[in-house]
Order: sequence, then C-alpha cells, then structure tokens
Amino acid sequence: MRAADLTTALVLMAGGVLVVGDSFRLGIGWSTDGPRSGFFPFWLAVVLLLCGAGLVVQAVRRADRRPFVTRDAVRPVLKVLVPASAFVVLIQVAGLYVASAVYMGIYMRWIGRHSWLAVIGLSVAFPVLTFLVFEIWFLVPMPKGPLEAWLGY
Amino acid sequence: MGFENLLLGFQVALQPYNLFLAVVGIMLGTIIGVLPGLGGANGVAILLPLTFSMPPNSAIILLTSLYWGALFGGAITSVLFNIPGEPWSVATTFDGFPMAQRGESGQALTAAFTSSFVGALFAVILITLFAPILAEVALKFGPPEFFSIQLLTFSSFIGLGGGNPVKSLVSILIGFILAVVGLDIVTGTLRLTFGVTELMKGFDFIVAVIGLFGIGEILLTMEEGLSFRGTRAKINPKVVWQTWKVLPRYYRTFIRSAFIGFWMGFKPGGATPASFMSYAFAKRFSKHPERFGKGEIEGVVAPETAAHAAGGASLLPMITLGIPGSPTAAVMLGGLIIWGLQPGPMLFKEKPDFVWGLIASMYTGNVIGVLMVLAFVPFFAAILRIPFAILTPLIVSICAVGAYSVHSSMIDVWYMLIFGVIGYAFKKLDYPLAPLVLALVLGDLAENALRQSLIMSQGSVLIFFTRPISGAISAVALFFFALPLITPYWRRLRGLPAQAPARQEM
Repeated sequence: MRAADLTTALVLMAGGVLVVGDSFRLGIGWSTDGPRSGFFPFWLAVVLLLCGAGLVVQAVRRADRRPFVTRDAVRPVLKVLVPASAFVVLIQVAGLYVASAVYMGIYMRWIGRHSWLAVIGLSVAFPVLTFLVFEIWFLVPMPKGPLEAWLGY
Repeated sequence: MGFENLLLGFQVALQPYNLFLAVVGIMLGTIIGVLPGLGGANGVAILLPLTFSMPPNSAIILLTSLYWGALFGGAITSVLFNIPGEPWSVATTFDGFPMAQRGESGQALTAAFTSSFVGALFAVILITLFAPILAEVALKFGPPEFFSIQLLTFSSFIGLGGGNPVKSLVSILIGFILAVVGLDIVTGTLRLTFGVTELMKGFDFIVAVIGLFGIGEILLTMEEGLSFRGTRAKINPKVVWQTWKVLPRYYRTFIRSAFIGFWMGFKPGGATPASFMSYAFAKRFSKHPERFGKGEIEGVVAPETAAHAAGGASLLPMITLGIPGSPTAAVMLGGLIIWGLQPGPMLFKEKPDFVWGLIASMYTGNVIGVLMVLAFVPFFAAILRIPFAILTPLIVSICAVGAYSVHSSMIDVWYMLIFGVIGYAFKKLDYPLAPLVLALVLGDLAENALRQSLIMSQGSVLIFFTRPISGAISAVALFFFALPLITPYWRRLRGLPAQAPARQEM
C-alpha cells in the first residue's frame, strides 16, 4: 500500500507541475477583462502540489505494510482487464456489434465454460438488441466495421 | 400557489408515455441496482445518450425513475445476498440478512421496500413545499453566492465525508483540473491540451462516471471474488399484509429516520452516513437494543427510510440551485445542460412544466416502484444468479456502448477504460470518487462563478465574505474545511480516541 500511495502522490505532483507550467503559459494574473485563463488551474495545481506533498509525508509516516494487490488477486482482475482492452481494440477494427459478439462469446466460453448454445445465443442476442435499441429506435449510431458495410449499413 | 403547480406537474407525469417511461426506468433501475458494477450514477450515465432525442420532461422522468429503481434494487441484494449493491444499503444487511436466514426474507423485503417508499415520500413532500421557496431565494443569488455554495458542497465532502481529508481534497482537485482541459469558452484559448488534438474536447463526465463506477467496480468485485450464495425470496401477499400490519408500530423510527435522511441528504454524499446514523439512533432508542444485528425488523426500517429520504433530498439542491447532492444527481444535472436547460432557480420560472413534472413524477415513480418491486422480487433476485462469466462481458459491453454514444467518439471508450483502472486504484487507496465526479460536472460553472465574482470585486476574494448570504455560506464552508484539523484536538479535549472510525463514502 505504501509504495502505491507514494507512487500515486508522486504522479499527482508531476501532474500538478504540468498544470502549473501550462497555467504560466496561459497567464495566471489579471487582464483587462478579468482573471486570465490560467488563473483557476494554477491555483488548483498549487493546492494539488501541497496535497501531494502531504500524502508523501503521510505515506512515509504511517507505513501500511499490506500489499496493494496480492499475486492471487491480480489474476482475476487481469482476466477482466485484458479481454476488455482487447475488446476496445477490436471495436476500432470490426465495429461495436461484431466486437461485442466476439468478446462475449470468447469470454463466456473461455472463462465461464458455458455450453455452445448459451454462448452463441447470447453473443448474437446482445448485439442485435443493441442495434435495435440504439440504431433503429433511438437513432444513436455505433461504430461499424466491414461486416456492416457489406450488409449495406 | 404550490398546489396548482403540483397539479400541472401531475398532468405531465400522468401522461401515458411518461408513465410508461417511469415503469421502464424503475425496471431497468432495479436491475442496475441489483447488478454489481452498475450503480445508480452509472446507469443514468449509460442511458443519458438515449434521452438526447426525447423531450426533456420525459427524459428526466426516465432518469429519476431509474434512480428510484436503483435505490430499491440495493435493498434486494442486501437482504437476500448480504451484498450491499450500493454503499447506503450496507446498514440494511445488518438485520436484513439475518432475517432472511431465519426464513423471514419476505418480511425483511416488505419492510425494506415500504420504508424506502415512506422515506422517499417524506422527502418528496418536503421538496414540494420547500423547493419553490428555495428557488425564490436563490433567484436573488449572484455569482459570489453560487461560488460559496459550491465551496460548501465540496467542503462537506472533506469535513463530513469521513476517510482521509487530504485524499478527498485531491479527488476534488483532479475533478476540477480535468474539467479545465480543452477549450476555454470565455477566452477562446486551449488549456492543458499540450498540443494533443484529442484533448481539445476535454473529458466528459459521463465517460468518467461509466469508467470510474462501472469498469472500476467490476475490477474490484473480481478481485474480491464473486460468490452469490443467497437465500430465496419468499414473498406473497399474505406476508406483505402481515408485515404492513406490524410496521405502523415503528412510526417513531420512520419519522426520526426520514428527518435524518433528509437533513443529511441534501448535502453531498449524505445517503450513506444517514443510513448508518439512523441505524445507530434506532438501536439507541430501542427497548431491545440487543436484538439489533440478529434480525430486528426495525434495523431494516431505519437505514432504508433514511437512505431513500436522503436520495430524494439530494435532488432538492439540484433543481433549485443547480448544485447536485450526489453523483447520480450530478449526472442528471449534466443531462439538463445537454437538453438545453439552464439548471438553477430560473427553471421554476421558465420551465414550470419540467420542474413540476419532475416533482410529480417522484410521487408516481415511488408508488409504481414499491408495487413493482414487491411483485417482481423473485425475478430481480434471479438476476444475481446469472454466472459472472456472462455478467462481466455484458456489463463491459453495455459500458462501452454508453461511453461511445455520448459523442460518437472512439477515444471516449479508451478514456472509459483508463478511468476504470483509475477508479479501481483509487477505490483501493481510499480516494473517494464522488467528489471527483461532482467537480468534473461543476467545473465550468464553478470557474465562471469565480471569474464573475472576482470581476465584480476587482480581484478581491473578500467578496465571498462581505456579502451577507455569501459570507454566511462561506463561513460554514471554511468550518467544514477546517473540521478534520479541529477534530483531533476536540477529541483529545474530551478524552476520546483521536481516530474516529473511518467510513468511506461513495
């Protein structure tokens, strides 16, 4: 926990420094028509830097020896995170409907070991339902890929 | 004058289409409340893009119904599965689950739903009475007053939220800084984009909510390991009727909890402390405090009444001042802006049908809600029995659809994923997420209020203290900000342990 707390605090402070830098570019003072664009972010970042320093002190003084995440616990988390990231990549290539069908199918089969009937049924039903609700009913377009182009959408 | 307005509101709320939306909203909301990883704020955020094409009157009814549904849903998982779907239903598990284990799940659920209904109704009645008055007062507010109210909103996270005050402050600052990213409408300059074109649009709070609360929550649930071994819902009209005959005995608990809930609820993050506080009070005033924790029906009544009263109350500052009292209310406020409405006291003058339709729909929504959950409990409980290998990709897909549809932009889906990881890490490190979301939503409004106030005073911050209303509010805000510094000394003075039991607030 301590390492994670320290890392977060340092990342936050680095972010604070970036914001302060950009605020100086924008001007943190007063122009003819009121405070400049950098005024608000500058003060936010200054307080953030102070908080970051405070968190570093806290983390050093109050040592929390518990690990941020154990080796056993990180596996299920990655089992969600990695497929989810792959899913997002796939959306970009194949569109949302195909991607969600593939994603749901593989996940249900690989992690859940569900029967092929359930796997195929659900991974077809979800994209079709999404298509009907979003594309047809509420006219909200979703990202599409080659399959939709081939079908004429 | 209020009565005619309420009638006007009921004319809106009772239109068949709007009633239909209320039913749909409660149905979806309850499902969302039952599912892990999909809370009220998140559900409202995902559905928000669907409402862009709806008339605002109907859209807000759909979203508030969803909110009520999510509140009801939390009670189901608490009682039957010992899993609080929402943080404010943690206290409901203390006595609800033991009751269910004894085979009294029907009684516990009936008590929970009825208490929720009573709490919400109490809050709605108070909103009906006080909202117009508050809006009238707020009409006289200028930018300094609004900025002070914002200050108060965020100070209460630090002073009353529990947890580490520095981390709460950091969450607020991150939210505000993320809100700054992109085009500054006032001066027309690009801020904090560092030359990256994708950053020009800034960060949308809807995407942040979906990532932080949706994806983050799933990651956390996965790490803790899912096990939904619950008791069955045994509920039939006879059980409901018998429980209803017992409940009036606890009228004191109802009234006390409703007041606690409303009082805590219109300040941000109030629902969870309200439910714990009202549980503690119920135990304190009970003739049999030793029965609490072992399946006392009063232990279900107290937190549920308070949580729903607080949930209702959090909408009061949203419609009157344009300041949301909870993350869900914050998402709704964002919706108002997208639908082209200006949140704040002017709504009562300019769009009475919208405001009163919303208030009236809180009555109808709760009546429909309590009847629906009582009728369909076994169905909702069955949802939690769906294996996680199906639920997980389903919820991730729904979140992706929601994130994409906000701006039809792929980068938002990536942001969602990143916010998910941040949400997971922050939850583990005890950074509260609610203030971050609220700050992201209110960022522009807060900055404008600050700018205009400083222009009025030609750069002096004293303006927040010299105007009477603004001064009073700012003083309270400063007190809340200072509270974490004062409390240890105060406790030492009274000979109490220096560390208060920390309660993390969502």
